[in-house]
Formats: sequence, structure tokens, C-alpha cells
Amino acid sequence: MPLRPDEVETIAHLARLSIDQSLIPEYARDLSAILALVEKMNTVNTDGVEPMVNPLEAVQRLRPDVVTEGDQREAFLAIAPAVEDGLYLVPRVIE
Amino acid sequence: MHDKTIAELSAALAARELSAVELTQALLDRIEAHNGTLNAFITVTAEQALEQARRADERIAKGEAGALTGIPIAHKDNFCTAGVLTTCASRMLHNFVPPYDATVVARLEEAGVVMLGKTNMDEFAMGSSNETSYYGPVKNPWDTERVPGGSSGGSAAAVAAGLVPGATATDTGGSVRQPAAFCGVSGLKPTYGRVSRYGIVAFASSLDQASVIARSAEDLALLLQAMAGFDERDSTCVDLAVPDYRAGLEQPLDGVRIGLPREYFQDGVEPELAKVIEAAVEEYRRLGAEIKEVSLPHNALAVAAYHVIAPAEASSNLARFDGVRYGYRCENPRDLEDLYMRSRGEGFGTEVKRRLLIGTRALLAEYYQDAFLKAQKIRRLIHNDFIEAFKQVDVLLGPTTGAPAFRLGEKSADPVQMYLTDVFTIAANLAGLPALSLPAGQVDGLPVGMQLIGRHFDEARLLNLAHRFQQATDWHTVRPQNFE
Amino acid sequence: MEWETVIGLEVHAQLMTRSKIFSGASTAYGAAPNTQACAVDLAMPGTLPVLNEEALRMAVKFGLAIGAEIPDRSVFARKNYFYPDLPKGYQISQHDQPVVANGYIEIDLEDGTTKRIGIIRAHLEEDAGKSLHEDFHGLTGIDLHRAGTPLLEIVSAPDLRSAKEAVAYLKKLHSLVTYLEICDGNMQEGSFRCDANVSVRRKGDPCFGTRVELKNINSFRFVERAINYEVERQIDLLESGGQVVQETRLYDADRNETRSMRTKEEATDYRYFPDPDLLPVVITSEFIESVRKTLPELPDAKRDRFMEQYGLSRYDADVLTSTRELADYYEAVVRAAGQDQAKPAANWVMGELSGALNRDGIDITASPVSAEMLAQLLQRIADNTISGRIAKEVFEAMWEGEGSADEIIEKRGLKQITDVAAIEAMIDEVLAAHPKQVEQYKSGQAKLLGYFVGQVMKLSGGKANPAQLNQLLRQKLGSAGE
Repeated sequence: MPLRPDEVETIAHLARLSIDQSLIPEYARDLSAILALVEKMNTVNTDGVEPMVNPLEAVQRLRPDVVTEGDQREAFLAIAPAVEDGLYLVPRVIE
Repeated sequence: MHDKTIAELSAALAARELSAVELTQALLDRIEAHNGTLNAFITVTAEQALEQARRADERIAKGEAGALTGIPIAHKDNFCTAGVLTTCASRMLHNFVPPYDATVVARLEEAGVVMLGKTNMDEFAMGSSNETSYYGPVKNPWDTERVPGGSSGGSAAAVAAGLVPGATATDTGGSVRQPAAFCGVSGLKPTYGRVSRYGIVAFASSLDQASVIARSAEDLALLLQAMAGFDERDSTCVDLAVPDYRAGLEQPLDGVRIGLPREYFQDGVEPELAKVIEAAVEEYRRLGAEIKEVSLPHNALAVAAYHVIAPAEASSNLARFDGVRYGYRCENPRDLEDLYMRSRGEGFGTEVKRRLLIGTRALLAEYYQDAFLKAQKIRRLIHNDFIEAFKQVDVLLGPTTGAPAFRLGEKSADPVQMYLTDVFTIAANLAGLPALSLPAGQVDGLPVGMQLIGRHFDEARLLNLAHRFQQATDWHTVRPQNFE
Repeated sequence: MEWETVIGLEVHAQLMTRSKIFSGASTAYGAAPNTQACAVDLAMPGTLPVLNEEALRMAVKFGLAIGAEIPDRSVFARKNYFYPDLPKGYQISQHDQPVVANGYIEIDLEDGTTKRIGIIRAHLEEDAGKSLHEDFHGLTGIDLHRAGTPLLEIVSAPDLRSAKEAVAYLKKLHSLVTYLEICDGNMQEGSFRCDANVSVRRKGDPCFGTRVELKNINSFRFVERAINYEVERQIDLLESGGQVVQETRLYDADRNETRSMRTKEEATDYRYFPDPDLLPVVITSEFIESVRKTLPELPDAKRDRFMEQYGLSRYDADVLTSTRELADYYEAVVRAAGQDQAKPAANWVMGELSGALNRDGIDITASPVSAEMLAQLLQRIADNTISGRIAKEVFEAMWEGEGSADEIIEKRGLKQITDVAAIEAMIDEVLAAHPKQVEQYKSGQAKLLGYFVGQVMKLSGGKANPAQLNQLLRQKLGSAGE
């Protein structure tokens, strides 16, 4: 099923990706082609098949409750685009 | 010295025929001379490398050297390197200097390697030709009009051109094996969970695996030895003893059962290339292996399932790139929404955006069952195919790709054609299996890769098979003419 | 028209682990911004989560305490949305396979009955950071300090039928998590937070009405007020022919009103999927048993024991077991004062002591009057050294730090007068001074006895033994005339 340009825009907003308006049809075309490729999945019946989330048939390991990380704030803030008083700055968040 | 293997260089360093500084300087000179043509490196860390080489020489002098002490290598630019630019070949991370090392980087450094720099790649490892890099495409040293493959194209080209004897890579759907095949070098994707993923910028968490490229199976063994093993920082890294890979290399192949998956020799394989693989199969027969045909009936669905699972996981993994804590931030955002939309829209390239869109869609409640869940079920079927096959044989063998390296621009306008180049490599990622590509011959002067797929955690067997082949043949020693 | 309120509560209890749920950074409260956010918490590229064992133990402990199922397999999922206080662009939470399912707690209703409130699920997740809006020239500052702190989200069934029931449930839950020592229960610091789903329906209607989610109700008082406000708003809306819109509303405590945050149409699709960086959590029966061994006596069991062992009413036992610290204090008083003082001890702990603690905003663990000090005071009442009234004076003096009960009684000369001759002398003096009242008493105004008691007590400075005084006064006056 081909993807309509307005669907591309909706998904682009969900994924927080600005896409130049003029390129939307191109994206719609390419994404539709990919979806057509993916549709091949429907040629096989998968009823009753257990989904495979991870190729490791293992279980989650648990970490002891120990503090191992010290204060590295300055190193991390040094690579941030906008900081002040030890905080990351963003345009105003409206609640 | 640029055409020597790690094993040979290691012996030369130990015998003091060569110093690590000399070796490092020689390779830095080669990078200087050829990177303009190849574009294999994004960052060259010359000063740091020479300093590491000096320390390596001290260790060698004190008799404290290991097999990798003083060996120059390069890291794919999705491995975080403390204090060194780590871009993932993306504008998004064009200024990102992590204050920490990936576990693999730290382990190799501990083993004494000298890092020459960071190699070019497809942006966020999404691509099969290295053309999606923000820093421009890498050229194939065999024919600079052609792609080196991707996403680890920089690592493969650098090793093939003799700029460095070994390099790290990653493999999510074929990203080490396909460029290794296109560039005529050896590449190994270990079992999912064999090597830590900590500090490697994630593409698709359940598929990504740290990998390695070199000029021989023996070198792959040496590098994997230093990289593999438990890491408490990665929940998906297993606590399982690491065998001595080099020790198993010489094992005779008598009675080893090699399976040829029928599906790997059907459509999509050029006849000339198929002949090369068939010749390699004959070589294995001579070496004592039993050859059997097997079937992987769901292989045809691998590309489809992969292009749901990988982008879905990526859409979530790449959500952290938001222009707040690191990386690219758009100019003068009007508001929070604008900050997100433009930082991400401008920071990511077209192919990454395509995949994030496809992946975001696959996870929507409306499509989850038919897209994501369906793909995970097919993943199970593909996995089960391998389990069945491995009841009959020890190793699977087939072509790494259906054709040799294609021309730059040949497929870049058609994402689906590009995706289909990974038709033989993707299934191993879905099943989490180890897989190795090694040079098996040539077609029209271009290298052809042969792929070996093993049981979970059976890297030793793959290395053994590859090594025996390389002892019996010399395809792995053939170097591209302009970079001899 | 009769309306019925339907409420379900979602409580986020911050777990008292030392380190974060998926990283080795500290969870200590109050450090400077971003100093306790490590590479994992900041979602630095390539970093990965590993589950904290203690967080899992605490969740299982809670599950056992509410009689819930602990499935042997539990899965972490990613909840995807963009927000600056959410560094990864997703929250690691649990979706369709939570660690705890189908438990319950019981609450006491005002009519003296108890009601079982279902707990549909409790799941582990990570907390987000904080946005600060002041002083950044129109920008917002992000502190990711708290990002990655373990939370247990506890979801009740829609079993609550009034704001009062909601508060009773919340208090019970609060008491439970603090008893279990999995959460410090500090609502000001955000360690125990509550959202409410509120709807109304016509009485008898089997279907639920459209629900509204109330956020930001972080005290017991606000919960009651916010729900009551919201219920009235919904009923007004429906009775005037309108419709309730499914939405999220924020409670504004200053104005005592709720206002819309976002409607369902704007609600995001969170694109939940199993987190591929974490493997399924398998909980073995050995693990569960090892956690069971750490379970303390729970509030309900303790209440029942208090009723049985100390002969307390259900109400008293409930109050005294509302927190583990209060119950421990009470038991220490009884231990020191003697089993026969169980009832007076309950009265004093719930009365004078709790009053003073509330008045001065002091926690019971920091009470200036220790359990042993209160026990001594009770003993002095029991052995007639002082009267109950004087005891209150002594208590206040102890509260002010003037010493033990005995020291204060001695220093202030508060010892009760039990000498018959002395009391008689005072009675005579009072009767002589009030001949008219004596006359009235004798002509039948029996209630004047109290007046005489009061006068003698005043004369004695409150120290006359009340029982003796009563008896001697009756003897002197004879019976009131018929």
C-alpha cells in the first residue's frame, strides 16, 4: 500500500524530522517502495510463531546496587550546545 | 611493510627489526598520500598514534609486549573514542568528542594497539555503499569508480589499500562482510553477544555486533582475541569463556561438514561469481571437508524482516539525537518543537531519515502487529532454519554478495536495489550467528567474497576454515594495483 | 439524578536503591544539578542499561506484600516520546509483561467496613529529569539528575468510589511502601506521586463514563480536593447536557481547580516495543523466597495483632500502625510501662504525643519525649503520684526538655495529695466558705458536687487525688436531699 504524502508528514512529525516540503513526494515514493519490499513478509503464515526479540536466548543479568559513577558533569556539559549554571538549556518548555 | 599482516608485523616488532614508531610513521605517510583519493579516514590521529607507538616500543623493549603491542589499527567512526572526534559519518555528530571509550576501544588499547584514526562509513552505519556518509563516499581501492561497500567501507578500503593492517567495523546486516568482499579483505562478524556493544553508537540493538577487518584469518583471530569477552556494561554481552582463537587455526578439515544453502546459489548471483565460489568449494573438498546441500527456506524473507526490525529499533535508538546534550543543534530554534524538528531534520541525511520514518511507522500501534511483530516472527523462522541446517552440517558456505563492487551512484537513487545487495548477509544478523567473509577469487579484476556462517559462538571454526583456505590459496594476498 | 464516582489511581513510588535502575550513578537526593547523571543517564551514544538487582527485589517485595502474582518472566519495553527531560527519547518501562500483577490492599471505610481495592499491576521504570523555568532569559534549564531513578508504578483497579476512598487507599499504600522500606514516602521531594483517573456515571449504569486523568496531585489533601473538584465539574457538565472529553488535566492547588493539558486527539502513540538492550527478566522461585524472607510484619497484620495483644479498638490499632515508626514507638512505651498500660499508652500516643508532633512538625523518630519517658509518665499516673491533668503539664515540660517525668514532678512539687486529713481540711475550708451552695446541694441540687470538687481541686493546686476527693466530699456532704 503506497504511502501518501500527508502520511509521510505525520510520521515525520512523530519522528521529529523536518523534511523540506518539496522533497515529500520523493520520500513518499521511496518509502512506498520499501513498504512494498517489506510486504513480502505476508507471503508466509506466521500464526503461532513466537516473536524473536533478541537472538540471544538468554536472560537479563542483574547488577549489584552499588554506586560506581562519580560526578563527571563538567566533562559532559563541555560537549553540550547550550548550558548555564550546570543545566542544559532548551527553548521554553510550556506545560 | 604496509602489505604485511598483523602476525608478520608482530613478529617483526618482537624481533626488533622494526619499531612501532617507524611502522606508525610509514602508515601515517601512506594515509597522507592516499586518503585524498580513497576518503577512507574521517579523522587521522597522527600525534596520538606516534605517542602510543613510543609507549609500545617501550613495552616491547621491556619485554612486556603482547601480540598486538605496537600494531597500528583504525576504528570505524561509530566506536566512541575518548577525546577523539566520533562522528558516525553524520552531521548530527560532526562535533561530538566523547569523554569515554567504547569497551572494544579500551580493550584494544590495553592490548597495546596504536590507533591511527577513525574510518569513514555510511551515516549511522545505514547503507551498503558508503555513499550516505556526511563526509563523502569512500572509493574502492580496486577501482576508484566503484563503491567499497558499506557500511564499514572506510575500514575495508583502508585495510585493502595498505593504509592499516586491521580495523574495527560493525555489522548489523552485512556491514563488515559486504565491504570486506568488495575490497578483497577478510571480515568477521562475531556471534551476537560475543563482543561488547558498549560505546558503539547503536543502529539496531538486537542486530549490531562489533566486527573486525584484516588481511588474513589469522589477523582476525588476533584482533578478536583482544576484543571478545564479557562486559558488565552490556546486558546482551555473554559471560562465556573466550577460546584461544589462534590455537585452533591449524586444525585439519577432515570430516568437517560444509553446507551449501540452496537459496544462496539461486537468483541474484552472477554466474561468473558463482563459479568463483564453486571453485572455493572444490578447494575445501580437497582439504578434506564434506560438502552437502542444505536449505534455508525462509531466506527470501530476510531482507523484508530486516527492513522492519532494523529501522524500528533505529527509530528509537536515534531519538537521543535531539540537539540538547551533544551533537548538532540547529541555528536559532523558534521553540522546542523547532529545535527537535530542525536539529534532527538537518543533522540526519536522507537515508537515515528514510529509515527513521519507516521504523517509526512500524512501531505505531496501528501497524505493530502486521509490521514489527510479523518481522519478529519471521526472524524466529529464519533462526529456526539455521538451527535445522546446523543439525546436518558444521558450517554454511556461500557467496557474500551476488556481484562484485558496483559503481558509485549506480544504486544510490534506488534504496530497494541497495537493500537487496545484502540478501546473503542479513540472515546471520537476524539469527545472531557468526559469519566471516574472505577473498575467494576475482571477477573482471574485482575481488569476490565467500561467506562462512557458523553456529553460535563457533567463531573458532570459521577462523579455522578461513585460515586453511588462505594457506592453500593466495587470494587474500592479492593487493589492488594502485596501492601495492 | 444520582451519580457514582469511579476512580483509579496510578502511584509512582521512588525506590530507595543506592544507585539508579540502569546505571551506577547515585540516587542521593539534593546534590547539585546534573552531578549525578552519568553517561548512561545522559543517553550518551553507545551507552547501555543494566538492571539493578535491588530495584527488582523491591518490586517483588511489594508484589508479595499485596498478595500479587509474580510472573516468572517480565519484560522491559521502551515508551517513545520526545521531551527534554527524557534524554534517550524513550523511557525504559514495562508494557505488557509487568513484574507484578493482580494484587490488592484493603481499606477501612467510614461505616466501619473494609473494602478490597484491586491493584492491576505494578511495574518498574526509570524516572525522567526536571525542567526548570526560572532565570534563563526565557529558556528552560534541564537537570537530568533524577533521570534513571527507579520507580515502581502501581496501578489500581477502578474500584474507588469517592475522593475519601481514594485518600484512604493512598494512605494505605503509602504506609505499605514505607513499611516495606522500599520507598521513603516523601511526597514533597516527589518520592511518592499520584495521578488519578476520574469518571462519573449514573448510578446503576454498568459502563464507565469517559475518564479524565488528573496530574500533579502530590499530597493527600490535594488528592481529595482535586478529585472532588473534578467530579463536580464532570457532573455539572453532564447535567447541563455536555459531554466529558477524555483528556489529561492538571490540578492547580492555588486556585483549587483542574485545567486541561492535552486531549486524547493530541495523545501520542508511544510506540511501545520490547527494549532490545535488555533481555527478559526471569524471576525464579528461589529469588522470590529470598525476598519473602525480608518481608516485615505488614500494617494489616500488625493492626490485628495490636487489637489482640493490647486490647485496642480497630480504630486505635489502625492509627497506631499507620506507620512503622509510630507502631514501634507505641510498642516501646508498652514494653517499658507494662502490659496493663496498653490502653492509656494508646491514648497518650494518639493524643498528646501526636498533637505535639503535628504542632511542631516533628517526626516521631525525633520526638523529644522518648518512649521510655512517656512510659514513666504513665506509671506515675497509674501509681497515683500525679493525676491525669497534672500529667499533661508534666508532658509539656518533658516536651520542652525539662527532664524526665519524675524530675519534673519533684522540681515542680506536683506530687498528688493523697493524705486524707489534708484533703478533709481543704474540703472543710471550701464548704465553710460556701454555705449557700451547701444548702442548695442539700435541698436536692446534686450537680453542685462537681462545683465543690472543682473548688477543692483549685485550692489544692490540682494536686488532690480526684478519686479520694470525690469519696471524702460525698461523706462530708451526705446525700443530696430528696
